[in-house]
Amino acid sequence: MTTRWFGARVQRVEDDRLLRGHGRFTDDIDDGALESCLVRSPYAHARIRSIDVTAARAMPGVIAVYTAAELPFGQTDLPILIPHPNLTHGRTQRCLASEVVRYVGEAVAFVVAESRCLAEDAAEMVEVDYEPLPVVITPESAARAEHLVHDDVPGNVAAEMIQEAGSVEAALAASPRRKRLHFRFERGAACPMEARAVWARWSTSERRLTVYDSTQSPTSIRGGLAVLFGLPESSVEVIAPDVGGGFGPKIMLFYPDELLVPFAAMQLGRPVKWTEDRQEHFTAVNQERGQVHEVEVGFDDEGKLLALDVDFVHDAGAYTPYGIILPIITAGQVPGPYRVPNYRVRFRDVYTNATPTSPYRGAGRPHACFVMERTLDRIAAELALDRAEVRRRNLIQPDQFPYEVGVAWQDGNAVVYDSGNYPVLLEKALANLGPRPGGDHVGMGLGMYVEGTGVGPYEGAHVQVLVSGKVVAATGIPSQGQAHATVWAQIVADELGVDVADVEVTGGDTRRFPWGVGTFASRGAVTAGNAMAVAAGMVAEKARQIAADHLEVDPADLELVGGKVQVKGSPDRGIALAAVAVLANPVRYAFGGGTEAATQFTARPRPGPPLHEGEQPGLEATGYYSPPASTWAAGCHTCYVRVDPQTFRLEILKYVVVHDCGRVINPLVVEGQIEGGVAQGIGGAFYERLHYDSEGQLRNASFMEFLMPYATEIPAIEIDHIETPSPLNPLGVKGAGEAGVIPVGAVLASAIEEALGVPITEMPLSPLKLFELVKTRS
Amino acid sequence: MKVNGVVYPTPADPRRLLSDHLRHDLGLTGTHVGCEHGVCGCCTVLLDGAPVRSCLLLAVQAEGHEVTTIEGLASDAAPLHPVQQAFHECHGLQCGFCTPGFVLSVVGLLAQHPNPTPEQVDEGIAGNLCRCTGYASIRRAVHRAAELSQK
Ligand code: FES
Ligand code: FES
Repeated sequence: MTTRWFGARVQRVEDDRLLRGHGRFTDDIDDGALESCLVRSPYAHARIRSIDVTAARAMPGVIAVYTAAELPFGQTDLPILIPHPNLTHGRTQRCLASEVVRYVGEAVAFVVAESRCLAEDAAEMVEVDYEPLPVVITPESAARAEHLVHDDVPGNVAAEMIQEAGSVEAALAASPRRKRLHFRFERGAACPMEARAVWARWSTSERRLTVYDSTQSPTSIRGGLAVLFGLPESSVEVIAPDVGGGFGPKIMLFYPDELLVPFAAMQLGRPVKWTEDRQEHFTAVNQERGQVHEVEVGFDDEGKLLALDVDFVHDAGAYTPYGIILPIITAGQVPGPYRVPNYRVRFRDVYTNATPTSPYRGAGRPHACFVMERTLDRIAAELALDRAEVRRRNLIQPDQFPYEVGVAWQDGNAVVYDSGNYPVLLEKALANLGPRPGGDHVGMGLGMYVEGTGVGPYEGAHVQVLVSGKVVAATGIPSQGQAHATVWAQIVADELGVDVADVEVTGGDTRRFPWGVGTFASRGAVTAGNAMAVAAGMVAEKARQIAADHLEVDPADLELVGGKVQVKGSPDRGIALAAVAVLANPVRYAFGGGTEAATQFTARPRPGPPLHEGEQPGLEATGYYSPPASTWAAGCHTCYVRVDPQTFRLEILKYVVVHDCGRVINPLVVEGQIEGGVAQGIGGAFYERLHYDSEGQLRNASFMEFLMPYATEIPAIEIDHIETPSPLNPLGVKGAGEAGVIPVGAVLASAIEEALGVPITEMPLSPLKLFELVKTRS
Repeated sequence: MKVNGVVYPTPADPRRLLSDHLRHDLGLTGTHVGCEHGVCGCCTVLLDGAPVRSCLLLAVQAEGHEVTTIEGLASDAAPLHPVQQAFHECHGLQCGFCTPGFVLSVVGLLAQHPNPTPEQVDEGIAGNLCRCTGYASIRRAVHRAAELSQK
C-alpha cells in the first residue's frame, strides 16, 4: 500500500454541498408528508387516569390520533439495548405511556395532521387526566428511596456491581496516608444543533418501508422496524441523511417517534414526518453524567497510589434502555493512565424521575477522569508536591503495555491498554503550556485521561471500481460531521492507487450497505476505517489477479498506481483500473472507456468457463473488520485561567492539548474533533447546567437559559499529537471523537481551585457557584 | 418579496414564519432551524444585505425587501463565494447544520469590517452557535475570507 493519502491534511470532500445549502437533513424532506406532533407528559411522575382524544380527532385537518390502545405494540416494553447480568431490575418505557409517566416529556399520544400547526393545535386538545405521584429527582434521594420510581424496583436500584483488583481493604489499612473524598457531577445535555427528525413512507405496491432518520445507527433501526412490523429486512430501508451533530443521544433504539412515524405511514398510506422542536428536545432526548462518588485513597509519602476505593451512584433517569453501560465505563476508566495497584469500584445505578440517560460524548469518562484527577490534586496538596510531579510518579510506563487494569470493559472483555506513552504526553503538555502569565487569580490546570475506543462488534464496507474508473465505497455507519466521506476515501484511495476525488463514499444508508452497528464510542475509524481497508484490499487483490491474466504476468509483480494496474516499475506495461473493471464482468459493456481495451476478443482466452468456480463478477468486494478488543487513546490537557474575583467571570488564557489516537488518518479532521470536544467540555464545565426543580421540571429548557458557549467563551486550543499505533488493527488507529471533552471538567476545576483557593469537588461550575463557594469559605 | 433575485408572491398564510416560508414553501432548505427562538443563528439570512434571524420574522414582514439565503450566495455552476471557500479551506464546518447561518453572518460582518480585528470577528460570529467545531476553525475562516475577498 502506498501512503499518499493516509496522514495527509486532505480538505473535506463533503463541504461543497453543505456550504451551498444543498445538504439534505431529515426535516428538509417533505414529499407531501403529513406532519405530526407528540403529546408529552407535563409531570415528572404521575398515574394516568384517562386519556380522551375525541376532541383532538374532531379538529380540522387531523388525520389520526394514536394512544397506546391503538398500537399493536402498545403494551410492548421497548428493548434493553445491552442487557447485563447485574442489571437485575432493568426497565424500559413503552412507545406511548398509558398507565404511569415517569419523566417530564414522556410521550403519551401521537397526532398526525395535514400540517404541523394543525397537529400542534390538536395535541393541545388531547385531554389527559393525571394523578401526580411523588417525585424522585436527585441520585441521592433516589438512593435514599423514600419514594419509588418503579413500584416493583426496591430501593430504586436497577443494578449494582462491585469489582476489585488486588486487595483494597488490606492495602488501605497498610497505607501511610489515607483520604476520603466526595465528588459530584450533574447531568449535561449534548444539544446537537439539529434536533431529531423522522420521515417515513410505505409503498403498498412494493411492500417497502423507507425511513429517513437523524440517527447514529440506521442499520439497527432497520433491524428493529423489520421485527416489529413483521417484514423481511430487505423490505425496510433506513437512511441517515445529513445529520446535524449527534454526540451520542441520537442513538437510542428506540425513541417513540422512530416507531410511530413509520407505523403511521404504513397505516395511513401516506408519507409522515415528525420534527422535534428545541423545547421538547431538552426533555425528550437522553441526557447523561449525573453521578455522586465517594472515594477513599491510600498513598505513601512520595505521593504514590497504593489503593483506591470508589463507590458511586449513577443517575439512570426513569428507564435503563442502555443497560448499565455508562457506570461500567466509569468503573473501567477511573484509574486512567495511572498505576493503581489495588482498586475496588462499586456502583449502584438508580432510577430518578428525569429523562433517561445514554452515552453523551465522553460517556462515563468525564466524571471518571474528574474523580481520579481531583484525587491526585488532593494528594499533591497534602504532600505539598507539584501536581505534575504526583502524576509523573504514578504514570504507567511505556514498557508496561499491554497493561491490564483488572476490571471489566463495556464490551465484556477486561480493560487492557494496548499501547501508549503517557509520560511523553505529560511532559509535552507542560512544555507547550509555557510560563505562567502574571497577575492575580491566575490558576494552572492539568488533567490526563485514557479513552477506550473502537469497540466492536464489527463494521463492514463495500468497495467497487466502476467501469468509469471511479470508485464507490459504502459502510453502514453514518456521519454526523466527522468527515467520514473524506477519511474513508483516503483509506480506499491508498489501497487502490487512485485519487481521493475519485472515491465516492456513502454511509448510513441501508440500501447501500445493510449491515453494521453505528457511529458512537469513538469507534468509526477503528471499525469502519479498517473495514474500508479490508474491502479495498480485496478489490486490489482481485484487480491484480484479473490484470495478471490479461497481461500474462505474475500478480505479485503488479502494483496499483495512478488509476492503473501495472508491472512494478514499468508504467508502460499496465492496464487502466477502468478496463480491469470491465474485464471483471464476463458480460462486457457497450459504453465506457475501458470497454474496447477489455473486449473478450483481445483478452487472452482463459481455459474453462468465463466465470471460474469461486469467482464473482464485478471489480468489487465486501469486507468486514471486527476488533479483538478496544484500542486505548490518551491525552493530557493543561491550561491557565484567570477568574475575576468580583464577577467570577472565567477567562481561559491558554489551553493546550497533547493527544494520542494512534496513527492519524487526517490531522485536519482530528484537530477539528478535539477543538469541538474541548469547547463542549468547557460548556459543560462552566456554562451549561440542566436546572431541574424538586418537581422534576427542567426550568431552563431553551437556549435562552441553557447557556451554550458562543465563540466569545471559547479560547484558541493549541494541539499537539503523539502517535503510538495500536497493535490491534491493521491501520494502527484509535478513536478520536470523544477525547477532547473528557478531561476538561477536571482541568478547569484544577485551575479554578488554584486561582481562587477554594476546593472544587463538583461540576458544573458557574460564576454564581464560585461566588457561593468563596462566600462559604470566608 | 425578492429571494435570491427572484420575485415571489406574497405568502398565503400571514402566520407563516420567514424561516418556514423559505424552507417549506420555496424549497430553500439551506436555511436551517436550530431553536426557533432567536438564539442559535442557524436560520440567519440577509435582509437587504444585513443578517437577520428568519425564525423571528413573519414571512409577510419581508414583503418589499430582498432576501438572500445561502443558496443565493453562489450559483450552482459558479465557484464558491469567498466566505464559503474560506470555510472549506479552514475546516470551518463539521456537520454543516450551523454553517449557512455562519456564512451569512460572516458576509454581513465583512461588509462592515473588510479587515476585522480578532475582537470584531468574535463579535461578528457571537450570534451563532456551533456545537461541532469549537469556533477556532471558524475564526480562522473569517480571517481567510477577508483575505480572499480582497483578492
Ligand atoms: S432557528 Fe432562528 S435563531 Fe435559532
Ligand atoms: S458544524 Fe455542526 S453545528 Fe456547526
